[in-house]
Amino acid sequence: MSTAETAYRGRAPWLLAAPALLLFAGIVLVPIVMTVLLSFHDWGQYKGIETIITLKNWHEIATDSYFFEIFLRTFRIALLTTVISVLIGAPEAYILSRMAPPWRGVFLVIVLGPLLISVVARTLGWALLFGSTGLINVALVRLGIVATPVQFMFTETGVVIGLVHVLVPFVVISVWASLQRLDPQIENAAVSLGGSGFTVLRRIVLPQVMPGILSGAIVVFALAASAFATPAIIGGRRLKVASTLAYDEFLNTLNWPLGAAVAVLLLIALAAIIVGSNRFVERRYAEVFR
Amino acid sequence: MSFLELQDLTRRYGEAVAVDGLSLAVEKGEFVSLLGPSGCGKTTTLQMIAGFVEPSAGGIRLGERDLTRVKPAARGLGIVFQSYALFPHMTAAENIAFGLQMRGVAKPEQVKRVADALALVGLAGLSDRYPRRMSGGQQQRVALARALVIKPDVLLLDEPLSNLDAKLREEMQVELRAIQRTVGTTTILVTHDQSEAMALSDRIVVMNRGHAEQVARPTEMYQQPATAFVANFLGKINVLPATVTAGVVTIGAGRWAAPGSADGRFSASVRPERIGFGADGLAGTVKARIFQGHHWLLQVATDVGLVTVIAPNDGRAIPNEGATTHLTWRTEDMVLTPAERAT
Repeated sequence: MSTAETAYRGRAPWLLAAPALLLFAGIVLVPIVMTVLLSFHDWGQYKGIETIITLKNWHEIATDSYFFEIFLRTFRIALLTTVISVLIGAPEAYILSRMAPPWRGVFLVIVLGPLLISVVARTLGWALLFGSTGLINVALVRLGIVATPVQFMFTETGVVIGLVHVLVPFVVISVWASLQRLDPQIENAAVSLGGSGFTVLRRIVLPQVMPGILSGAIVVFALAASAFATPAIIGGRRLKVASTLAYDEFLNTLNWPLGAAVAVLLLIALAAIIVGSNRFVERRYAEVFR
Repeated sequence: MSFLELQDLTRRYGEAVAVDGLSLAVEKGEFVSLLGPSGCGKTTTLQMIAGFVEPSAGGIRLGERDLTRVKPAARGLGIVFQSYALFPHMTAAENIAFGLQMRGVAKPEQVKRVADALALVGLAGLSDRYPRRMSGGQQQRVALARALVIKPDVLLLDEPLSNLDAKLREEMQVELRAIQRTVGTTTILVTHDQSEAMALSDRIVVMNRGHAEQVARPTEMYQQPATAFVANFLGKINVLPATVTAGVVTIGAGRWAAPGSADGRFSASVRPERIGFGADGLAGTVKARIFQGHHWLLQVATDVGLVTVIAPNDGRAIPNEGATTHLTWRTEDMVLTPAERAT
C-alpha cells in the first residue's frame, strides 16, 4: 500500500463524517457556545446587552433564593413525574406484552397516542379538564369526593399530571423493548422450579427489564426537567420552572444574559444527572447484560 | 403400574392435531427419548408433561398423582430448556438455589445442595460466574444442575444438546448419561437427533404426526424398525424392490434364499453398513466414493436404483469410482415388507 493511499485511508472516516459533523457543529455546538458566552455578558434596563465578561448573572443566580426555589421546583416536578411515569408505564408495558395480537396493537396505539397530539392542543385540553368548573372538578364535587373544587391549574400537581400523560409512552417503549428481548422460556423455567406468578415477576422479570426501566426513567427525567409548553400553560406565570424562567427573562424582561445563564445552568445540571445515572446503570448491569 | 403414564394424550390447535392419542408408560429411573422430525408433536408432549400446554384430551399420571390439571409450579419436575433459560441476572449458584428457595429450604442446606449440584455437573469452581460469562457447555451444565437440585420426580430435557458443537455434544452425551445413572432420575428427552437418542436412551419413542410409530430399545428399533418411517428416520437405509418366488428373493440380478417367505412383491430394507462387495449379488457401478475417516461412503448405481454403502476403513480394498462391482449381504440383514405397506 502506498503512503498516499495510507494517508487517504486515515482521512477517509473523517471526510465521510464531515458533512454530519459540520451540521452538528453549526446547529448544536455554535448556539450552545454562544449561549454560554452570552451568560457572561452584562445587561441593564437602559443600556441593553454589554459585551463584557462578568460573573454578575451567575452571582445573582447563586445568591438569590428565587432561582434556587425555581430550580428545586423544576427537579422536584421532574423527579415526581419520573417516579409516577415508571410506576404507570412499566406495568403497562408488561400487560401490553402479555396481550393477544389484535388487542396489543390497538392498545399500543392508544398508549402512544399522547405523542401524536400537538403539545399545545393536549395541554389546553388538560387546562379545560382541570379548571374549577372543568370536568374533573365537577365530577369530584358531584360524586361528593371533595367539597370544594381541587386546585389543579397553576399547581405542581397539575403540571405533574400533564407531564406524566405525555411522558409515560417513553417508559412504555423502553420497557417494551427490554421485554421483547426476554426469553419466554426463562419465565417457564422459574415457574417449573416452583415460583408463583408474583415471585417470578419480582425476582425474574423485573431485574431483567430494570435497564429498560432505568433508561426510560432517564429520558422522562430529562424531558420533564426541560419541558416548556406544559408548565407554561398549566403552571402559568405563578408557577415558574427553569425553562419558563429562561423564556421570561429572554422575552419579557429582555435580560438575555440572565436568561442564558439560567438555560446554561439547566443544561449543565441535566447533563450531569443524565451522564451520572447512565454511568450508574451501565456499571450496575455491565456484568449481567453485556 | 408404571411411574409416569401418559394416557391417550391429545392436543389440538384448532383443526390441527399436534399430539394424537399418545400413550406411554415410563418406569422409575428409565431414560426415554421422544424422537422425531420437527412438527411431530414431541415438544408439545413434553410441554404437556411440564404443564405449560394443557392437553385437549387424555391424562398424565405420576406415581399415585393425577398431574393433568396440576399447575406447572406444583408438579415438581426438573426441566432443561433448549435455550437453557438461565436467569441472566443471577450467578450460577443463585440460579441453582432458586428452586430450593421456592421450596423454603433452609439456607445452610441450600448452600450444601448447591455445592453438591455444581460438583455433580463438574462446575465446582464457577459458582459466582454469571451466565453471560460462561460457554454454552457450562451454561448447559448449570441448567442441568438447576433442574436436578430440587430432586425432581422426572427430569425433562428439551433438545438440551442442540446448541452445542458436535464434539462438545458427544462429550455431554456421555456425561449426561453418567449423571442420570448416578442420580437415577426418571428422564424424558426430546430430540430430533437420532444418534443422541440412541446414545442416551433405555427406550426410544419415534413420533410422527402426533402419534408413536414405535416404542423400543435403541438396538431393537435400529435392527427391527416397525415401519418404513422408523427405518428411514433412524440412520440411513436402502429400500429396494424385491420379488419372492418359491423361497428365493430376487433383487435386480441378485438372489437370496428366503425360506418360509410368502411369494409376492416386497420392499427389502438393508442398512448401508451391512452391505459388502463380492463376486456375485446385485450388480452396480460406483458413482461416488467419499472418504469419511473411519468409513467410506459409496453411492452405487444398480438396476434397482442408487444404493448407499458404508464400508469400514479397515484396510480392505474399496472399489474406485466408475468400477463395476457386486453388492452382497446376508439374508438376515434384510427386512422384507410387503410392497403396499412400504410406502
